[in-house]
Amino acid sequence: MIRGMQRLFRRAILHSILLGCSLSAQAAQFTIGELMATLANRHDGVATFTETKYLAILDLPVESSGELLFAPPARLEKRTLKPKVETLALDGEVLTVVSQTQRHVLQLKDYPEVAGIVESLRAILTGDRQALERLYRLKLEGSPQRWALELKPLDAAVGWSIARIRVEGTGDEVRSVEIQQTDGDRSVMRVQKGVSP
Amino acid sequence: MRQGGRVAIVLWLGLLGGCLWVAMRTHYTADLSAFLPGRPTAEQQLLIDQLKSGVTSRLILIGIEGGDRAARARVSRALAARLRADRQFLHIANGETQSLERDRQVLLANRYLLSPAMTADRFTVAGLRAGVADSIDLLATSAGLFSKALLPRDPTGEFMQLLDAMGSGHRPPTADGVWVSRDGNRALLLARTRAEGADTNGQSMAVVTIRAAFAAVSAPGLRLALTGPGPFSVAARATIRHEVLALSGLGSLIIIGLLLLVYRSPMALLLGLLPVLSGAVAAIAAVSLAFGMVHGLTLGFGIALIGEAVDYSTYLLMQSERTSGAAGTSPSATPSTTQAHWNAAFWPTIRIGVLTSVIGFASLLFSSFPGLSQLGLFAIAGLVTAALVTRFVLPILLPRDLRVRDVTAFGRRLQAGVERVGRLRLPVLVLFLAAGGVLLAKHDDLWNRELAALSPVSGADQALDMTMRADLGAPDVRYLVVVSAAEREAALAASEAVAVTLKRLQAAGTIQGFESPAAYLPSQAVQRRRQLSLPPDAELRRRFTAAIAGLPLRPHCCEPFFAEVAKARSQATLTPDDLQGTSLAEAVDALLMQSRGRWTALLPLRVAGTERLDAQDLRLALAQTGLADVYFIDLKGAADHLYAGYLHEASALSLAGLAAILGLLFVTTRSPGRVLRIAAPLAMAVAVTIAGLVLAGQQLTILHLVGMLLVVAVGSNYALFFDQGAVAGGMSARVLASLVVAVGTTVAGFGILGFSSVPVLKAVGCTVGPGALLALAFSAILTRRP
Repeated sequence: MIRGMQRLFRRAILHSILLGCSLSAQAAQFTIGELMATLANRHDGVATFTETKYLAILDLPVESSGELLFAPPARLEKRTLKPKVETLALDGEVLTVVSQTQRHVLQLKDYPEVAGIVESLRAILTGDRQALERLYRLKLEGSPQRWALELKPLDAAVGWSIARIRVEGTGDEVRSVEIQQTDGDRSVMRVQKGVSP
Repeated sequence: MRQGGRVAIVLWLGLLGGCLWVAMRTHYTADLSAFLPGRPTAEQQLLIDQLKSGVTSRLILIGIEGGDRAARARVSRALAARLRADRQFLHIANGETQSLERDRQVLLANRYLLSPAMTADRFTVAGLRAGVADSIDLLATSAGLFSKALLPRDPTGEFMQLLDAMGSGHRPPTADGVWVSRDGNRALLLARTRAEGADTNGQSMAVVTIRAAFAAVSAPGLRLALTGPGPFSVAARATIRHEVLALSGLGSLIIIGLLLLVYRSPMALLLGLLPVLSGAVAAIAAVSLAFGMVHGLTLGFGIALIGEAVDYSTYLLMQSERTSGAAGTSPSATPSTTQAHWNAAFWPTIRIGVLTSVIGFASLLFSSFPGLSQLGLFAIAGLVTAALVTRFVLPILLPRDLRVRDVTAFGRRLQAGVERVGRLRLPVLVLFLAAGGVLLAKHDDLWNRELAALSPVSGADQALDMTMRADLGAPDVRYLVVVSAAEREAALAASEAVAVTLKRLQAAGTIQGFESPAAYLPSQAVQRRRQLSLPPDAELRRRFTAAIAGLPLRPHCCEPFFAEVAKARSQATLTPDDLQGTSLAEAVDALLMQSRGRWTALLPLRVAGTERLDAQDLRLALAQTGLADVYFIDLKGAADHLYAGYLHEASALSLAGLAAILGLLFVTTRSPGRVLRIAAPLAMAVAVTIAGLVLAGQQLTILHLVGMLLVVAVGSNYALFFDQGAVAGGMSARVLASLVVAVGTTVAGFGILGFSSVPVLKAVGCTVGPGALLALAFSAILTRRP
């Protein structure tokens, strides 16, 4: 826990410095509106991801990997291949979780914490500023070539477990999604274009 | 004669009064009872219980169509809220998550009592290690961010096990927070009524309540669709009631019009209807006394029978020389001598006609299909009463100067016609052979062996029901294991024992899965056994430390776990009351019920798509459990089997009735040749009619069989008169005319049923209508000419 706090502290200092630089250099040139417009131009695509979770209850981070499939405007699929096969599919308001043995169909509105995460991811991929601003306060740093969007939950149900989400990317591509939880745990998902080998 | 007449009148009035009294107090029904066996076997009783009061019998499927998606969702929520507040409904589901939070609390607090993974070695070092390892794997999945919160309390993942076990059923798709059909164009709700499925009044009230609630919350453009056993039986009752009234009214009007046209005397018409009305009242009273109620279908069939019973008075009025012309040509004939003449000349023929009908219907009396035995009794009581009133009461009541229109001229034209149609013998024979060929060719596909063939529910409604059922994943339960026990605990314990066998069948792929009330409420014994498998605190800590050696789990993370296990060791076991307000309670209610002092647990089996289960294999597997009172039922199979049994039995009984009719004809005529000449036109009429129906694409049901029997019964009158005429050296013009009127009333009475939308009535109507006409035509064509 202490280690987590220290890490968090260091990151926060680092970020504030970076933020300061980028604000002075880029604020006039690159706005959230422009980023969203760029993202909205994207078409469907496939990407691979590696997700690392740093959890206080474990000595070691747990890692998982798989594919992301996106079919605008409403369908997003996260296929985890390792260590366990699991598919998480968001279609409209319905989230389907398929593991090796089970299949769960969930209503997003029933699970605001989950909704906060998956909906934000989808909204970023579609450049849906309205959806994002309904749930989060947005803050953009960097340039079109290298940007970072920070999302702070507005909704209490989402904010209860998620402190903030940080999305980094270049151009219209999302490179990483980092989720910082209120209890200090966090996960980092790195995204790479193209199908996994 | 006068003395005897007075006695007859008094007897008639007395009986009529008594019968009217009974008929007024009769209970009329339109429910399933007509189709269910009166003296069921133990297994049939289970089927009946399921059909009458089982889970599926209480389900009402509600669809909201039209408008836009948001409007449908809003009305779905408003409708569900209203119905949830109504005591008539045990449960309303529309996709809104009502009890999610409460479910989670109950599952979490009782996870060590409820989890199916809580086997004896779950809390050994190896068991704990496996559980913890699984939980760590789960952290890597998308559920990880949330399952980690529970991990310190539940490192073995019992809660997740429970969620998996309980959330595995099919769930319909959802839009705007409520269930919708696959194409999204219909919002769907599922209601479970307090009233049993067989309680048509209760179901009717539920349907009315749903419609009223919908009307109150609906928006313009939205429509309500209701299906399920309840709405269907309510609709069937309304249809039967409406059609029985409408068709009987229409049939009666046609018959009255026809008789008025022929008699030209309202008095003769009124008197002519007396035997029929007496017969109808006596028939209702007889069925009411014998069965305790009269089914709507019996009444519908009874209307048609009016067409036959009215024939007797037609024969009397038209055949006795009571016509104006006859009185003039034969001055010596007083009414009493003409009556005596009719009694001697025609009554014996009619008597045989009545007897053949009675014998034919008597065969139905022995059917174990209550619907059929009601029809049989109704017909016998009605026809015998009508015939006796015609013979013994009507002649006394006829005024001396009653004259009906002379139909001799019409009869003479008919006589000439009969002479000419003799030429059609060969074509008729060819037609018969062709009909035989058709029946032989379609032999395998002739009969519909499914009970559904008798269902008054229209094909469109059945299709809608199927669609909504598939979308909802509502239990269209076909295969069930039923456990019966004296106590609730015994029923739950037996369910648990059966579940072991079913899990084996599931592993072998025979079934896809099953439900059991014990999954939601384990027996006290199992709960205690699970409790006892939890070690004391010190021992648990020792085992846990050993178990997580080498796993990345931080020690000391799991203090809450030790505290909760210690609490679980001493907590009270779950009772049904503890489940109040959760979806677990709903599941237990649906699967475990008490009736007649015994507890019944239902374990519905899931099979893949169109897969069929072999009842023999299942019964064998269940027998190996060594448990008594455990049954496997294939609901559809059992219902079809029941119906096939009826059909088979009715065929045998009809054949017996046919043989008895032939025997009677032989006894009275003492001539095989005459028997053949009487029987041949009837056999041909039946064959040609049935072949026609088959060619028109109809599959035969048990009621077509009844129709055939009726064709024989009605047609035998015509054939007998032609035979009588042939023996006497020619048929009188008057008798011929009376036969044409008789067939007219019969075709009007039965033929009108052919337009019914109730399959049972339609089957009788479209068999007897054409059949009677053909019987007369063939009798005329085939009669022996002098």
